[in-house]
Amino acid sequence: MIINRTRYLTQGIAKILIWIGALSTIAVMILILLQILREGLPVLHLHFFLESPKEMGREGGIFSTIVGTVALTLVAIFVGAPLGVGTAIFLREYTRESKISRMIRFGTDCLAGVPSIIFGLFGFVFFVIRLNMGWSILSGGLTLAAMILPTVISTAEESIKAIPHSYREVSYSLGGTKWQTVTRVVLPGALPGIFTGILLSVGRSIGETAAVILTAGSSLVMPTSLFSPIRTMSVHFYILAREGISMKMAYGTGAALILFVLIINVMAQWLISRYIRHRS
Amino acid sequence: MFQESKIIIKDFSFYYGSVQALKNINLNIQPKEIFTVFGPARSGKTTLLKSLNRLTDLIFGTSYTGAIFLDGMDIYDPKVGLTHLRRRVGMVFDLPTPLPMSIFDNIAYGPKLSGTNRRNRLDEIVEKALRSAVLWEEVKDRLHTSALRLSGGQQQRLCMARVLALEPEVLLLDEPCSGLDPISTASIEETLFQLKKDYSIILVPHNIQQASRVADRAGFFLNGELVEEGPVYQIFTKPKDKRTEDYVTGRFG
Amino acid sequence: MQLQEKIIGKILLLIALSSIFILSLITFFIFEEGIPLILKIGPKAFLLGQKWIPSKGLFGIFPMIVSSFWVTIGALLLGIPLGLACTIFLSELIPPSIATLFRPAIQLLAAIPSVIYGFWGLIVLVPLIRNYLGGPGLSILAGSLVLSFMILPTIITISEDALKTLPPSYKAGALALGATHWQTIWRVLIPAARSGIVASVILGMGRAIGETMAMIMILGNAVKMPTSFLESARTLTTNIGIEMGYASGSHRQALFATGIVLFFIIMTLNTLAIFLSKRRAH
Repeated sequence: MIINRTRYLTQGIAKILIWIGALSTIAVMILILLQILREGLPVLHLHFFLESPKEMGREGGIFSTIVGTVALTLVAIFVGAPLGVGTAIFLREYTRESKISRMIRFGTDCLAGVPSIIFGLFGFVFFVIRLNMGWSILSGGLTLAAMILPTVISTAEESIKAIPHSYREVSYSLGGTKWQTVTRVVLPGALPGIFTGILLSVGRSIGETAAVILTAGSSLVMPTSLFSPIRTMSVHFYILAREGISMKMAYGTGAALILFVLIINVMAQWLISRYIRHRS
Repeated sequence: MFQESKIIIKDFSFYYGSVQALKNINLNIQPKEIFTVFGPARSGKTTLLKSLNRLTDLIFGTSYTGAIFLDGMDIYDPKVGLTHLRRRVGMVFDLPTPLPMSIFDNIAYGPKLSGTNRRNRLDEIVEKALRSAVLWEEVKDRLHTSALRLSGGQQQRLCMARVLALEPEVLLLDEPCSGLDPISTASIEETLFQLKKDYSIILVPHNIQQASRVADRAGFFLNGELVEEGPVYQIFTKPKDKRTEDYVTGRFG
Repeated sequence: MQLQEKIIGKILLLIALSSIFILSLITFFIFEEGIPLILKIGPKAFLLGQKWIPSKGLFGIFPMIVSSFWVTIGALLLGIPLGLACTIFLSELIPPSIATLFRPAIQLLAAIPSVIYGFWGLIVLVPLIRNYLGGPGLSILAGSLVLSFMILPTIITISEDALKTLPPSYKAGALALGATHWQTIWRVLIPAARSGIVASVILGMGRAIGETMAMIMILGNAVKMPTSFLESARTLTTNIGIEMGYASGSHRQALFATGIVLFFIIMTLNTLAIFLSKRRAH
């Protein structure tokens, strides 16, 4: 009887500790976001978004950085999405588990683990210097494309895997070739999932700083071509904060960053849940 | 007789890896007949059907010996286009598998694969196929709604229409009525009688009764072996092999 | 038609090889820039040297290695218990319907850019530490605290996955034998999921060692051997991030060499984690 009570006492204490631990973790995370939003939301007027930074960021808004962020992300998606989806199609439809597929998966897993500063170093020496692209939207976008590749591949693979094999069998039995089956049956069904993966990659690209600062530079001037250097929102935020240029602008940029990232991720989550419901 | 057979299966054995699923099958299928392939589960019936349009190619690690001839042409000849073969030999599976598209797009899927794109041509093909599958009247007003909303029996007839849209020469039907209510089953069986006038049909029946109702000739499959084949009446009333007799009279199965 | 299909297949193969190709490119160029320097001053001087003075050609990164180590250990000291607590909380202590609300929230927190966490650390944690614990505030302690939060989503999602894939008979069997809920969790489920949990910790470690921007913002910039958690320091990553903007020649090469060391450490950790999760699958 005494032994019984100790067991339940231990359980009670353990559970309380865990509740405290978990809830305080969640609380701190929320506090972090609230802190920045609280100081930063008041700064977010329309002209904040539509004006470019003036006086090195002390005045004005973040328009050029928004343009830079969008441009960089577009390049990354334009290059990374086809590569990623193509890889997923190859792995799922054109080959089975073999040395090649294992090698590709290993490469993708490793790529997923490379830290962004290393991508930055690589992008710098390869795109900026060797290929002579300089600090530019192109250099930054291509580096980002490499960074999002693993995410696109794995979400695309999952989506393709979810298409029932019977659909493929039907297509083949009606005389379809492999490519016809992929493009007319598999991809249309997998598109929502693939799109979600791309959306998540967009969210990731927006927050990426280390690799971007080393490849796209930090110019506040509005870009004129793919070869123009630009500053993205996250880089701008980092510079404002670290150089102590303007707390108000920093908070505003930070709040904008958080909002954009949150909106994109919530959209992606909503798409995922709708996709799952649609399937069943 | 040799020249007239639609399909000639000669000394055909099929292996999943090292497991032999079909043992030295020798069988001729005539044009414009219904041949039923019956027997207990796992006798190789589906494997036989899938070999006839080389859907078995989709499975990894399979091999075969012997040959299968369609109108005198070896279907495993590398020069034979797989897509061409599968358009001539169409298959309906045991589970209704409408593609996630409209009824119209389902039927038009096959013809579009082979390049038929003009809208009025597709309209003709779809109507003809749906009429042949006895489905036209039921769906003609909702051709562009999702095929997934049809009932089980309608979906299965959709799958038939889908195959018929390609105007094949041979129909492979693998338990086309499983899971269907008696009325749908009856309408499909009626459809088969109509189709027999133009196609060679190889049918894996749901049960022996269906086989004897519908088919002209029958072949009993047991453990991958074609035990015996002949006219339906003879197989089911005066089988020559004891194993056939045991199965047909219900002693096992 | 057959030829077209063959060509498409070959094109897709080339596309699929892109990830290996990129990985090779990264490895090649990082090494190409960094190895000459390591060879020039000798691996021992580079890895064990305690003085980093680029203007004098001194490139010892031992203080950075040690600092990276301590920041990561600190992050794990807090991150593992909290991460386990949250994992157990999510999978065992709350009803599944509420848990499904929490999980997207964790994904959202994982998506927050690291510079945001760094900023918060800078304006909240650093003054707190400076005022109550002493030192400049910009410290290893601040870095560890922020890092622990950043690696939580990694630890939680992977550990939770490890718990979820356990056979339900484990839990049912333990409870049937009279164990309390807590005993079941602590003595049966967690040990059974141990390789997945360890994999999650290793991946979290990799993430922590690789973090740059937030660390630049709150670790300070002291290039010396750290002697306490309250001191400023430089990690391998912040070393690169801070000086890359203006380095040239041998100095720049030394930063790439730092990158090589970082690359090695993280690749080892990640391969270990992959290996562990593959073993779990059996």
